[in-house]
Order: sequence, then C-alpha cells, then structure tokens
Amino acid sequence: MSTAAVSPLRLALVGNPNCGKTALFNQLTGSRQKVANYAGVTVERKEGRLVTPSGRSYALLDLPGAYSLNPSSLDEAITRDLCRGFYPGEAAPDVLVCVVDATNLRLHLRFALEVRELGRPMVVALNMADVARRRGIRIDRAALEEALGVPVVETVAVHHNGAKELVARIEALGDAPQAPTARLPAAAGDGQDATEALHAETRRLLSLAVEMPSRTARIDDVLDRWLLHPVAGLLVLAVLMFLIFQAVYAWATPMMDAIDASTAWVGEWVAGALPEGPLSSLLVDGIIAGVGGVVVFLPQILILFAFILALEESGYLPRAAFLLDRMMAAAGLSGRSFIPLLSSFACAIPGIMATRSIQDPRDRLATIMVAPLMTCSARLPVYALLIGAFIPAQKVGWFNLQGLVLFGLYMGGIVSALAVSWVMKRWRRDKSEHPLMLELPSYRIPHPRDLLIGLYERGMIFLRRVGGIILALTILLWFLLSFPAAPADATMPAIDYSFAGRIGHAMTAIFAPVGFNWQICIALIPGLAAREVVVSSLATVYALSAANDDAASQALTPLIADGWSLATALSLLVWFIYAPQCISTLATIRRETNSWKQVGINAGYLFALAYLMSLLTYQVAVALGAG
Amino acid sequence: MIAAGPQRSGRVRAPLPACAGYNENNSHFDLSMRLSELPRRTSATVERVEDHMPNDPIARRLRELGFVDGESVQVMASGPIGAEPLLVQVGFTRFALRRAEAARVLLRNGDARE
Repeated sequence: MSTAAVSPLRLALVGNPNCGKTALFNQLTGSRQKVANYAGVTVERKEGRLVTPSGRSYALLDLPGAYSLNPSSLDEAITRDLCRGFYPGEAAPDVLVCVVDATNLRLHLRFALEVRELGRPMVVALNMADVARRRGIRIDRAALEEALGVPVVETVAVHHNGAKELVARIEALGDAPQAPTARLPAAAGDGQDATEALHAETRRLLSLAVEMPSRTARIDDVLDRWLLHPVAGLLVLAVLMFLIFQAVYAWATPMMDAIDASTAWVGEWVAGALPEGPLSSLLVDGIIAGVGGVVVFLPQILILFAFILALEESGYLPRAAFLLDRMMAAAGLSGRSFIPLLSSFACAIPGIMATRSIQDPRDRLATIMVAPLMTCSARLPVYALLIGAFIPAQKVGWFNLQGLVLFGLYMGGIVSALAVSWVMKRWRRDKSEHPLMLELPSYRIPHPRDLLIGLYERGMIFLRRVGGIILALTILLWFLLSFPAAPADATMPAIDYSFAGRIGHAMTAIFAPVGFNWQICIALIPGLAAREVVVSSLATVYALSAANDDAASQALTPLIADGWSLATALSLLVWFIYAPQCISTLATIRRETNSWKQVGINAGYLFALAYLMSLLTYQVAVALGAG
Repeated sequence: MIAAGPQRSGRVRAPLPACAGYNENNSHFDLSMRLSELPRRTSATVERVEDHMPNDPIARRLRELGFVDGESVQVMASGPIGAEPLLVQVGFTRFALRRAEAARVLLRNGDARE
C-alpha cells in the first residue's frame, strides 16, 4: 500500500464567520490556492493543497462561514450540504477542521458541537489562541479535548508556524480517521429543544475548561465608543472614504507614469524594428496602444483593493454597516448591503456575488439592482483619463481638485443608488420586516500575508481580463477601424471609410444631443464588454485617425484635451456614473437572480438614466459656455 | 413608552402578545422587559426569545446566535439616526440588531443592574 497511489485526504475548514478561517487557510496552503465557484452557484469555492513537512499532501477546502448548520442563507446551505457530503459534484470531506475563535468560545463552540453531531471525523482548531491568552482567557485544552471527545489544537493563524500543531495532529489521524463517538446528551431533534441542548452543552464545556476574566477586550470597547459614536463615528467614516479616493489618485501617479513611459518605449521600439504595414499597425496602434492604455490603471486598482481588503480584515466594515443601516433601510436597503456595495467599487461582479450573504430576498434584489451604480474600478481608467485631460491639477484648500472631482463622481453614483432603491421600495409598497442581525467582530490588525494574497488574486483577475477579453476586443476594433481601406481618391482620413467609422458616424445621430463625437460613439460599443476598454478603444481610434506619424505617437490625454469641449468631457464623465454596464455584470445578474426580466430592467434603467443625466449635463454646460 | 399602533418605519415594534407582561392599557404590570427597552450599558439576563410569527426565522437565528435563557446581555450603543440599530453584546459577541429584532428578546424580571 503506497500512499502515492491513493488520492490525498480531503480536509474542509468550517467555522463561524470571523473565526480567522481564511487566514488559517492562507497559512496552511500559502499560494497553492485555486479560487473558483461551486457548480451552478456563485458562492466562492476556495481549494488549496497542504503539504506537510514530512511530505504528505492534502486537499484543503475553505467552506463559507456559517453560524449554524440550520441554514438561513445560501452560503450556510452550501456549508451544511458539503459537510454532510450531500453537495452534488463534491466528494464528502474526509476530515472536518472546525475553526473556533478562542476569544469567542461561547458562540463558536456551539457551532463546533453542531458539527460534531454530524458524526464525521473532525479536529477542532482553537484559533487566535495568542489573543485569548493576552486577554487573560485561560483554556484547558486537554480538558476541552476530553469533554468534546475530538482532538483540539491551538492555532495562531497569523503567525508563521502557528498551525504546526494542527498539521501534526492531522497527520496523526492517518489514512482512516476516526469519527467522534460523543453526542449531545439529549437525542436532540429539531427546533428550540435542540438549540437549548446545544447551549446547555456549550455552557458545560465552558465551565469545565475555560476561565475568562473580562467579558470583552477593552480595546474593542474603546474603539466602538468612538467609531460607533453618532457624530464622531460618521465623521471618521467620511474622512476614511475621502482619504481612500485621494490616495488612489495621489499615490498611484509615479507608478502610472512609469508604466506609461515603458508602453511608449515598447511601441517605438516595435515600430522601429518592423517594416511599415498592417502587422506593425496592428501591434503598435492596436495591441500596444490598447492594452498599455488599460494596464496603466493597475496601480490604482491595487491601491483601492488594498484599502478594501484592509478594512475588511480589520473588522471595520461591519461597523460602517452599523452606522449606515438606518439610512440604507430608509432607502430600501440594509446595513448588510454596505459590504457588497463597497466591493462593487472594485467590480460589480464580486459585489453582486457578495449579496448572497443578505438573507432577505428583497434587500438582496435591491442591492443587486444598484450595485452597478457603485463606481467600479473599470470606470476608474475612464475617469482618470478625462479628469487628467480636463480638470486642472490645482489645489483647493488642502485638497487636489482632481481628487475632489473624482470624489464627486463616486458620490454621484452613491446618491443615485440610494435614490433608485428608494424609488424601488416605494414602487413595491413593501412593509414587511427585513432582518439585520449582523455580527461586529473584534478589531484586528490585518496581516500582511492575507492582504498580499488578496491583492495578488485581484491583480491577476484584472490582468487576465487585459490578456483575454480586452486584448481580443482591441484587435477586433483595430480590424474594424482599418478595413476597408480608403479608396484611392479619398478626401477624408482613411478611418472615415472603415466599418467602425461608419458605425460611429451613424451613432452620432443618437448621441449628438449629449455631446459625444463619433470617436466616443465607436469606443462605447466595445465598452459594453468591459468598460475600461473605452480607454484603449479611444487610444486606438485616435492613433489610427491621426493625420501623421507624429500625432499617432502622441499620448491620448493631450489629443482629447485639444479635441473635445469641456461640456463633452463632463457629459462623458456623467455617462460613466450610470454607464449601462458591461456584459459580464449582466450575465452575473442573470445567474444570481435567475431572471432575464431583472437583467432587462437593470440594463434599461441604467441606459435611460445615463442618457438623461448626460443630456442634462451637456446642455447645461453648453448653456454656461463650456461648449 | 409603548407604541402599539400600526407599525411605522424606523422604530418598528411588533404588536405585543397578551402573555408579554402588558395589560390592555399597555402599562406594565410586572417588570418583564424587552431587550429593545433595556437602557444603555445595563446588564440583564435573557429569559427567552419569542416568535413574532409561526416558526419565526428571525427568532430562530437569534437563539442560534446565543440569545438563550440565562445569557447576560447589554446594549452598548445605538446607531446615529433614530437610535437604530442597537449594538448588543451577548456573551463575548457583539451584534447589530434592529429594534424590531431586539424586541423579540424577553429579559428576566427585575434583573437589570448597572
């Protein structure tokens, strides 16, 4: 019997939300992770490989956090089904690693007991054992192990080697792990009696094995006093949001300049090395100009995500949800909508997926509907280009005017989202009760490793889009712009005779009232596939329509700054607050709501809003003399 | 202050069942209290969570989150607008509960203490 012949044992991490499960997963698997979705649904499925120092290999699955195996959301239902081995297409895990927060055993042990009732082999990981010790919580590990009847090990997910004992314990289980024999005293059925029995047993375990001096960390108490204060708390939230947007603008500039310079250098080098012709044009005007125009926004996207990830890890995000719940409830949303909506600032797709944690169907649908109004990072390139070209980089008091405009655009999206969800709530005349019940976990200092892994994942998703759909669309657009060639007796630039030129000119009939020229119209079409493509498309359109080589090698910013009126630029900025969203967002809405009607409503209302608001902006700006 | 009329947005309070410790005039006749009425930073002990509808999923989840007989609870803070939601500490855990949710949690008689 060689161990190489059998497939590796499958471990699954289960635990309450906020038990530090994901940090432990990162610690155990390092970068050997695969992030995908569970078949048929869009709950994130994280799998990794754990290789022990002695060379054994395990498949490790990170299950969605759950408070109970009696599910009240789709995440929890998936966790239950997987633990029981009922989930279609997923083999039952061989060992359940139940992660419990050592500083919050009253809640987490209850769940561990529920998991034990499944009668599957399990190990309990007492996570954050170091924090518990610092707070003076004394846990008699051996007594707990004895009383629970399953192996209990201490882990410190954020420390190097903090999971050493857990790994040793898993190895000690061998190839055929034993299922626990201990059960709850009363053969508990369903309902209140079972809940009572679980709590009674939890209390018994706590009295046997745990000594706790104070009820919570003093630091949490102090921080909550300020961060949840009706005035100070809201002020901190506003300042924090404002700082993030300033940082996205200010810190990214040097890195963006470097990327810009290298793109230009590569373009010149290729143009010099290749003979003039279609191939050189495709590479320089199509691929390098197009893709380079999008990659340049990687630093800004990474900075935005770094803030979102750090806020998430630190435990601040649920506090923000607490502060905003009443306001969001008035608009027909819930405090829980805050986290999906904040993720939508990065991209509406993970945002819409994150709405799975909203148990209430109406709140969830309302959140999905307005998520595309949050300014996603794909719109950032468009904003950055236009703001850079049209808004002077001057100081207004302490602030940078460009940053202020960017902040205003983000606020425009937020205010619109609240207005839209308020209208939806009115429309439905809904008066039923929608629960909040949100846990506010202890504050934590985010661990650099978890931030880096998160940033790496986001960065790769962005770059894969650049390499995939953006590259393909850029090439397609170059083709449409370059063919058919101009006739020999052409009087206009060649681009006017191309397919794209004709489509663009035809579209101006609709978009002239909002101030869009034909170049913008062309760029809007591939923008439906991915918004950031608008920038690369404009780069390609202008590169090809340039009268001479000198102009073609110019950067896009001065070209549009000379070519467009301020009114057009403002109108396009406003258009992108609402921007009828990309096809992948619509596909996600279809998958999440299982309804084409919702997709239609979403695309329709966004297009109507975008057109109306741009029309208003353009006409007002022209009337004020910015035309 | 018991608002027993039709529910309004904000301070939603479910109609009180007869057993909850109020007579027809909605005045107290014993000291049974709801979590939503507990003064700030005052400890109290949970008696039970009552269903506000048959098989109430909100009540069930509250029990799963640790609102069961004998647990000590405290209201630590409340939201900036309309004192909604409440920050409730039960055991070691803090939850944001709307008032309507907290109103399902009944506290032991005369048990509140500073």
